[in-house]
Order: sequence, then C-alpha cells, then structure tokens
Amino acid sequence: MAPLLQSSQPWVEKYRPRRVKDVAHQDEVVRVLTNTLETTNCPHMLFYGPPGTGKTTTALAIAHQLYGPELYKSRVLELNASDERGINVVRTKIKNFAAVAVGSGHQGGYGYPCPPFKIIILDEADSMTEDAQNALRRTMETYSKVTRFFFICNYISRIIEPLASRCAKFRFKPLSEEIMSTRVLHICNEEGLNLDSEALSTLSSISQGDLRRAITFLQGAARLFGSSISSKDLISVSGVVPQEVVGDLLASCKSGSFDSANKQVNNVIAEGYPVSQILSQLFDLVVESDDVSDEQKARICRKLGESDKCLVDGADEYLQLLDACSCMIKAFCNMPEGYSN
Amino acid sequence: MLWVDKYRPKSLDKVLVHEDVAQNLKKLVTEQDCPHLLFYGPSGSGKKTLIMALLRQMFGASAEKVKVENKTWKVDAGSRTIDLELTTLSSSHHVELNPSDAGFQDRYIVQEIIKEMAKNRPIDVKGKKGFKVLVLNEVDKLSREAQHSLRRTMEKYSASCRLILCCDSSSKVTEAVRSRCLNVRISAPKEDQIVKVLEFIGKKEGLQLPPGFAARIAEKSGRSLRRAILSFETCRVQQYPFTNNQVIPPMDWEEYVSEIAADIMKEQSPKRLFQVRGKLYELLVNCIPPEVILKRLLHELLKKLDSELKHEVCHWAAYYEHSMRLGQKAIFHIEAFVAKFMSIYKGFLIATFG
Repeated sequence: MAPLLQSSQPWVEKYRPRRVKDVAHQDEVVRVLTNTLETTNCPHMLFYGPPGTGKTTTALAIAHQLYGPELYKSRVLELNASDERGINVVRTKIKNFAAVAVGSGHQGGYGYPCPPFKIIILDEADSMTEDAQNALRRTMETYSKVTRFFFICNYISRIIEPLASRCAKFRFKPLSEEIMSTRVLHICNEEGLNLDSEALSTLSSISQGDLRRAITFLQGAARLFGSSISSKDLISVSGVVPQEVVGDLLASCKSGSFDSANKQVNNVIAEGYPVSQILSQLFDLVVESDDVSDEQKARICRKLGESDKCLVDGADEYLQLLDACSCMIKAFCNMPEGYSN
Repeated sequence: MLWVDKYRPKSLDKVLVHEDVAQNLKKLVTEQDCPHLLFYGPSGSGKKTLIMALLRQMFGASAEKVKVENKTWKVDAGSRTIDLELTTLSSSHHVELNPSDAGFQDRYIVQEIIKEMAKNRPIDVKGKKGFKVLVLNEVDKLSREAQHSLRRTMEKYSASCRLILCCDSSSKVTEAVRSRCLNVRISAPKEDQIVKVLEFIGKKEGLQLPPGFAARIAEKSGRSLRRAILSFETCRVQQYPFTNNQVIPPMDWEEYVSEIAADIMKEQSPKRLFQVRGKLYELLVNCIPPEVILKRLLHELLKKLDSELKHEVCHWAAYYEHSMRLGQKAIFHIEAFVAKFMSIYKGFLIATFG
C-alpha cells in the first residue's frame, strides 16, 4: 500500500486535541470529564452546540484517555450519520454491543484506571429518526451498568425529551475571539506562518466562533498564498462576499430602478456568489444603516427571512434574490406592501 | 470532436480564463497536503475543466485514462436490500460519480458506496501521493441527510482520500460540509475573456473573424463559455466565411419561450391559456428544466412591462418557482404563473385604458 503521509493530513485533524484538558474554552465539560478520568464513573452525556466548538473532539479524547489504544477498539462504538442508524441498527447492533459485559482491572491509557463500562458515541444524533431514538430509551436503562452513551448534536430540540432527560447535558459555547486567536497563533507557530493582527481579527470575525472553519481557512490561505497571510487572502478563501458587491446591490436598490437592480442581480449570479451569504450580508448592512426608517427595516428583514427560507427549500437563487431586491426597492420608495392573491 | 472538447485546456498552465485560480490550484497541489475542495459557480464557467486539469496536475497523464463503469451495488438497508445503479468514471487515481442520480436513495450511496471507496487506501506504491480522489458532482442536489452523512466521512478517511465537490450554488450545500472544504469560487467568464477564447479557437482553426463578430457571440451567450463556443461552431457550419451581419442563431427553445411570451401579451383568456399549456408541455417533454423555462419566461416578460408591474410579476415568479420546488408536477406551477400574469396584466390594462 502507498505510504500514509502524516503531512498530508488536514490541519483540523493534525491539531485536534488528543486529551480532554487540551480542549479550549469548554470549562464545565472539561472539569466533569477530568473528574470522570479519576473516579472512572460518569453519567450518560449529551453534548450540544454549534459546529466547530469541539464536541466530537471531546468525546473522542475522553474515550481514548479512558481506554488507551489497545482497549479502544473493543470498548468504544462510534456511530455517526455516515452509518446507517435506522431502528434496526438500534435494535441489533447497538443493543448487542451494549449488552456485552466487560471486566475491570485493566490498566487504561495514560495511567488512569480503566472504567468497568463501554462507551457508545452517537455523533450527529439529531439526524437520527424519532423511532430510532425511541428504541434507545429502554436500552440505555437496561444496560446502564456496563454501557455509557454519548450523544452529540447541533440542535438539542431534535433530541426527544425522554432521551435528553436521561443524560447530563452540556452546551458547547462558540469560541470567544481571544481563545480562537491563541489557538490560531499556536498553529501559526507550529507551521511557521506569519499572521498580522488585522488578519487575525478578520479570521475570527469570518469564522464566527467556529474553530474548525478558522483552521480550514487558515490552511487554505497558507497553501494558496504562502507563509505570510493578509486579511484579504483570508476573505478570498472563505467565500465571504466582498463588501463592495453587496454595497453596490444595496445602492442600486436604493436608487429605485428595477432594471438596474436586475442587472446587479444578474451580475451577482454570474460571478457565482452564494445567495444565502449575500442575503445575510445585506441583512447586516440594512440593520446598521442610518438612513433607513424602522418600518422600512422591518419590511426588508421580513422579506429577507422569507427568501432565506425559500432558498433552504431549494428554490432558485436568481428569482429569490430578484424578489428580495424588488421588495427592498418598494420599501425604500415607500410603495404599498403586499400583493392581493 | 466538438470544439468544446477539442479546445478544453488539458493542464493548469494552458487555462485561458481563471488563470489566477489555476495558478493557486497549482500551488495547492505541489505541496503534499491538499485539503478537500468545493468548486462552485454558474454552469459553463469551467468548473469541470479546472477539476480535470487539477487531477492531471496531481497524477500526471494517467488521470486521463478513464473508463466508464456501470455497476449495480447491493446495499443492505435493514430488512431489505436495495439495488443501486450507479455510473462511475474512474482512472487508477480517482473516481468520479454523480450521487444525486439515485434520487431519494442518495443517502445509501454516501453511507455505503462513498464510504467504501474512501476507506480503501490506494494500492499504487509508485505514485507519490498517499491518497486518492473522489470527485462528486452536483452536491447541491443531494438531500440533507446525504450531506450529513458526508460530514464524518470527510474527516475520518481524510488520510487516504480527498473529496472534490462540484456544484452550481453553494447555498444548497450545508454549512457543515462547506466548513470542511476549501471553497473555490469560479465566476462566469467576462465577455472580453470569452472573446479572447473565441479568437484563440478561430486562430487555431484558421478562420477569418470579422471584427466585432466574436463580441456579438459573447454578448448572446449570457457569459457561458460553453454556450459561446457551441454557437460559434454552429455559425461556422451555417455560413463561412463569416459576414458582419450574419445572424447568430439563438437556442430554439429560447425562441419558443419568447413566442409564448408574445402570445401571453397579446391575449389574456382561458382559451389562450390552454394554447400556452400545449406549448409548455412541448418544452417540458424536450427536457428543458422547468425552472429554466420559468426564468426565461420572466426574462422575456420583463422586457415588455412597465416598471410598476415588474415588481409584482417577479414576486409571483419567485413564489411559483418556490412552490414548484416543493410540489411534484412542474406544469401546474408554470401554468399558475402564466394565469397569474394574465390576470395582473388584464387588470392593469382595464385600469389604464378602461
């Protein structure tokens, strides 16, 4: 087989924290889990929070630390959305794994005693069907002596209440700018990159608390532009639309001419900018602008929301953006709202 | 061979448009660690060309020796097994597939087939790359579940496999997938860039181009390079040597749509609506995508309208396109739009002229 190259790994994997105490910014979880490591006892856990805050990393780190590399394979079952997780899998695979008893007394990884239970990590649990979640309820209780469940999800509202109430819940916070900066600077040092303070603050603002995104952008920029990275380079790899484009679009809407707005929209589509991103940047601009009355803002924001929903449903980008712009023109010119059905 | 294929640039150095992107990509692959890539941009802007050139840059000429395989996969989905037919295009270093072809069963493709492919490390010892490449087309058409399934696969097997995703609009790709990729935006080529390419082809073919001829083709193409080259070739077949006043033939379906638009403007009645239905069916059975028809129809109608009406008409176009996406049969929604337009226009005519 071809050699496995360490250097070919994405930095997100390369710098993934291997130990629980290295996980940034999630103090409560880290404290509880460090306690677990010492006492070898823990409840079922439910981690939730936005992407890129370290949920999967934490779960994998604790599993590795508890069991060490040898026992890991036999004691941990990791299932994520890339695995089939219908009700059948819950009834057979998970149940069978959960039912197996384990002996204690082994020496675990990193000198901690090995706990007398196994761990099942269900990543991206919010994409499991409700039926599959229901089927888990009794399983969790019956085998609670020998098995612990770790649920990981973005939206806690998609986890059914009976499951959530059986777990200790931990919310993972979006990373603050300082923590993000220290992490990014650490990677820059390791990789020999040069990042000025302006680029650093741009990086934290475009990644919006998502460390994984920040690191991916950083790696992309480093590959494309070499070892010294400016904030402009970061914007060009991040897919954020340049402010002038959105500004032009807004200006043409304010001028009140439908045709010039239509031309701008055509231009935006041809340039290939993602419309959902344009809508969110338009929203920022409109909310912050001073020369727009509150009523106009409210009208525009409502329309932007509707268009965004339509985009999520898969509607055409051009038509939705044009509709949003036409609504903005009408709002700026104080034309009456709405159409009769 | 069509000119579109004949003059497709084979390597990153020979790319005529998007030179900056091509240079960046070249830098990207000369280093060992290439991230996952997501190419997005309108159709006809050169995404596929760049991907193929990139693969060639990575693996050398052997990436071009592709074979088409039509394989049936048996996927075990709990109580029953599903047969999935999938066409793949593969060389010894990369596999290209179109997962959204499987429709609502695309989840199984991602969960079983792509995972299976991603898991296996390349056998080739001589090749210096320690990974292989999976090219996935039309990821924006993947269902939400399938995109979720892709997330962890991208991370877990990143040591042995790189994904190159390709789509028209990145709005429809979930945030989670986008944040795992290096996003590469491919904009539609500008008109002067198209002119440059056309002149290049003209020179290679030994053609005499009258001044301004290429610019006219470029203007008609709507910034799609593929379309420009195709209509250039059509012109060549129609009449050579080129003359300055030669008509550049529009697409026949576009002509048809503008005919429909003219019909609608002329008369607004149930009878006319019925006639229009027949024409719309004609377009649909010829496999013109319904949203393209609707967009073109709106474009034609907007040309002929007062500015007050434009707002309302474009609102309803967006409304019916959205409901078309949620619904099943496209003809209902296009026809609803036509009927709506007729009622608006008639109301406007009555209000103005009595």
